[in-house]
Amino acid sequence: MIKGLFHILFFYFLGEVLSILINGFIPGSVIGMVLLFLALFFKVVEPEKVKDTATVITKNMALFFVPPAVGLMAYAEIISKSIWAISLAIIVSTVLTIIVVALVQEHFENRQLKKKNDDR
Amino acid sequence: MTDKIESIKALLQSEVFLLMLVLGTFLLGIRLYQKLKFPLLQPLLISVAIIIPFLKITGIEYEIFYQQTRFLNFMLGPSVVALGYVLYEQIEHIKGKVVSILTAVFVGSIVGIVSVILIAKLFGADKILLSSLAPKSVTTPIAINIAQNTGGVPELTVAFVVICGLFGGLVGPMILRKLKIKSKVAKGLAMGSAAHALGTSRALEMGALEGAISGLAIGVMGIMTALLVPFVEKFLL
Repeated sequence: MIKGLFHILFFYFLGEVLSILINGFIPGSVIGMVLLFLALFFKVVEPEKVKDTATVITKNMALFFVPPAVGLMAYAEIISKSIWAISLAIIVSTVLTIIVVALVQEHFENRQLKKKNDDR
Repeated sequence: MTDKIESIKALLQSEVFLLMLVLGTFLLGIRLYQKLKFPLLQPLLISVAIIIPFLKITGIEYEIFYQQTRFLNFMLGPSVVALGYVLYEQIEHIKGKVVSILTAVFVGSIVGIVSVILIAKLFGADKILLSSLAPKSVTTPIAINIAQNTGGVPELTVAFVVICGLFGGLVGPMILRKLKIKSKVAKGLAMGSAAHALGTSRALEMGALEGAISGLAIGVMGIMTALLVPFVEKFLL
């Protein structure tokens, strides 16, 4: 557990350093995620070392959302003022995202399948 | 005696009590969700629905609550880094599909950001609101970071992320059925890209592969959106 947490904090820190170097263009945590992935992929870090900690943390991610979500109470006024703009934008955009991602992926896979069949 | 009562009252604002309160209400939320199986009753929502009235009644200010629970807030960062391991674990499923997955999520990310900004702008949302809305499809810790970088309000972003996740998780399976999507990868990818962890929990109900791909989509969507939001905002704001 401690070993896993250390590795995760280590890549988090590296990510933060790189984030500063690129003027915060990408969040440090995201860079840290990519670095951890690359380290695992190129076998720099053994998966076993981070497995338990990473699994526990990601499975319970929603818990860490509680404090900022409670912060809603401080912003109730702003939200209720633009409630239409917000809800409509989120609803339409979410539906569009689901449709686009599913169709593009399915289209690619169908094409791959067809190509395989043609080759035979 | 009266000063003892005062001391106990002061304890309500302490780190121990407030952390206990968050964990306790969250556990209660998990219990309720497992019992009732109703997708809207996410543990997060239940926890927040208890804590906000509690703080209002006891007169504890949000700033104090936020200070005392900053340990949980800090863990958002490491949880994003830990997604790197989840990505690695799913690598078997994506062999030969890397290009299509990246393309699909890339297109989805652009469509998501552009549409949410344009519609909100049309209805008169200001710049702070738009910047808070832009990363709504991304998992909270990444979304908070993106919003902070582009001048949004993190608390607003969290609210939008949660709303987006609840809504996407609710309607996603229906939309995918209507579109007659057959590929399990496409289904999982769409759920995770549009509705992050809350979409993934629904994808897991469809099947293990859908769930795994959805988890992967959270990470890919997070990276893509972090990269794209600054560009899109430059053009649209």
